[in-house]
Amino acid sequence: MTQTQQPLPQAVGAAPLLGGRRGPAALGFIREAALLPVLAVILVVGALVSPVFLTTTNLISGVGQQVSALGVTVVGESLILLIGGMDLSLESTYGLAPMIAAWLIVPASAFGSGLMLNPYLGILIVIGIGAAVGLVNGLLIVKARLNGFIVTLGMTILLAGLQNGSVQGQSPYQLPAAFAYIGTEYLGEVPVALVVAAVVFIAAGLFLRYHRTGRAIYAIGGNPQAARAAGIRVDRIKIGVYVAGSMLAALGGLIEAGRVSSVTGAQGYQEGIIFSVFAAAVIGGVSLQGGKGTMLGAASGVVLLGLVQNIINLSQAPNYWQYAINGGVILFALVLARIVGGESAADQT
Amino acid sequence: MTAVLTPAVAARGIHKSYGSTRALRGVDVTLAPGRCLGLVGRNGAGKSTLVSILSGLQRPDEGEVTFDGEAAPPAGAVHAWRAKLATVHQHSMIVPELTVAENVFLGRLPRRRRRVDWRAVRTEAAAVLGEWGSGVDPARACRDLSVEQRQIVELARAVASGTKVLLLDEPTAALEREAVLRLFTRVRQLVDAGVAVLYISHHLEEVFDICDDVAVLRDGELVLTAPTAGLSTDGLVNAMVHGHVGGPTETELADQASRTAVEDLPVHVESADAAAGRPVLELRGLTAASEYGDLDGVSLTVAPGESVGVVGLISSGVVTLGRIAAGIESGDEGELLVGGAGLPGGDRAAALEAGVGYVPEDRRTAGYVGALSVAENMTMSITDRLSAGRLGVLGRRRMHEAAQPWADSLALVASSLAQQVADLSGGNQQKVTVARALARDPRLVVAITPTRGVDVVSKELLLQALRRAVDAGAGLLLATDELDDLGYCDRVLVLVRGRIVAEVPGGGRFDRTAMIAAIEGVASTIGSIGAGRGATSEEPGETP
Repeated sequence: MTQTQQPLPQAVGAAPLLGGRRGPAALGFIREAALLPVLAVILVVGALVSPVFLTTTNLISGVGQQVSALGVTVVGESLILLIGGMDLSLESTYGLAPMIAAWLIVPASAFGSGLMLNPYLGILIVIGIGAAVGLVNGLLIVKARLNGFIVTLGMTILLAGLQNGSVQGQSPYQLPAAFAYIGTEYLGEVPVALVVAAVVFIAAGLFLRYHRTGRAIYAIGGNPQAARAAGIRVDRIKIGVYVAGSMLAALGGLIEAGRVSSVTGAQGYQEGIIFSVFAAAVIGGVSLQGGKGTMLGAASGVVLLGLVQNIINLSQAPNYWQYAINGGVILFALVLARIVGGESAADQT
Repeated sequence: MTAVLTPAVAARGIHKSYGSTRALRGVDVTLAPGRCLGLVGRNGAGKSTLVSILSGLQRPDEGEVTFDGEAAPPAGAVHAWRAKLATVHQHSMIVPELTVAENVFLGRLPRRRRRVDWRAVRTEAAAVLGEWGSGVDPARACRDLSVEQRQIVELARAVASGTKVLLLDEPTAALEREAVLRLFTRVRQLVDAGVAVLYISHHLEEVFDICDDVAVLRDGELVLTAPTAGLSTDGLVNAMVHGHVGGPTETELADQASRTAVEDLPVHVESADAAAGRPVLELRGLTAASEYGDLDGVSLTVAPGESVGVVGLISSGVVTLGRIAAGIESGDEGELLVGGAGLPGGDRAAALEAGVGYVPEDRRTAGYVGALSVAENMTMSITDRLSAGRLGVLGRRRMHEAAQPWADSLALVASSLAQQVADLSGGNQQKVTVARALARDPRLVVAITPTRGVDVVSKELLLQALRRAVDAGAGLLLATDELDDLGYCDRVLVLVRGRIVAEVPGGGRFDRTAMIAAIEGVASTIGSIGAGRGATSEEPGETP
């Protein structure tokens, strides 16, 4: 590096790289951990509301069990948001996939089809339906260039209709143990569902950070034209992400089905879980514009929502106020995340 | 010179920092009524920051701005600032879905009886635009306009506001010659009418053409303010680079830049084309309809180690030609062969695999991913190689190791390889884009307007880097509307309305005036550009 030619002192070659790298990395961590103070406040509030709140049984077995299904779905939505897309139909995939599988495996007496397929095959069907829905979404959005919002809005209504129509409004129950395993069983005090969710979060986080396709996802979301100019196969990766996202939503639905030991017609769409899914991702700093966000952030968004829901339950607030409290808290969390986390948290662009 | 008059705008002791970067350090600038001040400086010198402070978009950390001796409105008070001055930005501030007339009066549509007076909007817009002789229809939607026409609308907006202060932030960056001349005439009229103008440009000749005085920014400090009459181009470049007028000349500096850094550029070209005696690029009878300009039966070849310039007006199809060669768009008819093998049209990934490096026409929209780091952008086309045999796992360290030699040899100015590209200055962003294009051992490099909006020294460095790839055996297709870029080309093709009308030797040996005439489509001069012979597909005299 020559002084004559490049007189500015901060030329890259001149400074040892490790020294320069620490600054931005530390900043990145602060941004990712933006929700930690909010979580701390919630823990204090929870402890004040109920003595039960700060017990491992409540936090690990209770909250952990409850947020796992949501969390896995949030990973799927976050991936789709990162490529600059959005998928409203994840909530219906979350209901339809386990519904069809349950219908195929439980006896006719429990509102099944009577086919009574192998439960392990049922799990494959759950994931397979997720993949199929994601593929259709991906092809319509990426190849046919339809608007993602309207495609997945139409899809979510179609799938919810199929979910109810296929079982004529019934709720299949008597789920075989193998099928319900990840939603119901515990490893000691820890729910299997929580382990599965944690593995999904960590795997997705590492993939996004260290795998070349993961990095390509950020590039596509950040600037699709530049990604294409760099030779990244933008269309292929986008479709792949829609497929992966729907598969994760289907897995989330399988966990939820196991947790409640049946599949109701309301699971997913009628429960309106897509709002919680988006809220968790956005509170966690995943940008709706694409290209920004981490799995650590998304996970903290999920935990925050789970804790708030838990506190509302413990406080024995009347049922009919639950929606108002829930919505209010989510909006409040968004504002807080914006204040603490800066631009990325609230998508101000 | 300004002693008698109250300055129209005065900025005193302006400081502005972004984190640890001090963009401006105690800058004093005054704009006098009836004078045009040129503001020059290399990329990253602080020009954009100063403009955003003068136009009220940002608040200085220290210092104050006054208009006619009165304190300026608070930063961000858009309407209050707009009453004081008008700005024409480097990047388009046009709303594409509105009509030309609506854009001219954006935010201040004339009203009558509390309703928008649409008739006045149309007639007044037509009057303003008519003065330009631009032929832009006020009723047209702006999305249908060319880049040049959009720029005209922006200028018309500034003029229509009846402002006394005008900031022109690189207004000619995307304009063609005729339009630049029209612009200058108009600016001169405004100055003569008593408007104070601040003119920011990378083209130093323009500064001498239009400005009465010039101010030079270097590393956030104002190092020179003087009348242009007493200055030379070399003196100005020296002030930009060294902070004082005397010293080595522009050419010496450029030579120095290329020798010191670009020599180490880690370009490797493993091309079998030279041995096989075949061209790296062959286009046969290419016809295309494109928003970037149509092509009408273009054929050309680029040999290994050869650099071919394609020059023409923005709408002439030069950009389309580059985009097709790079695999970004596909033509309607014709063939694209790289290294003798046919390529599917519009498949960028396939083109990359075949060995085509690409510098897009607009770095902001397609050159880099702003939110990602320098290292990540530089290595974006080689992630498969960096992660080969590791199941696609790609550590940060590997990317940094691969990017470091490029940053060094291109003299990249950044706080570290982990810095976001969005935070770099324009010239350094373009270095990142060029590094990415060269990183994958290209047998062919397609570069479209690679030096647009880049300062003199960076410009030379970028062209040298491309030249270095050619020396290493790659072919270069350089599509541009800037004659200065063509100095390194072995031969130059002139495109008019999608057809090759002339082929001339490069190396700066062409007659500039004749070349410009050819680009503008003036047929009679084509024979005299250089030792030129007709291009393969056209008879020399046969032009539209």
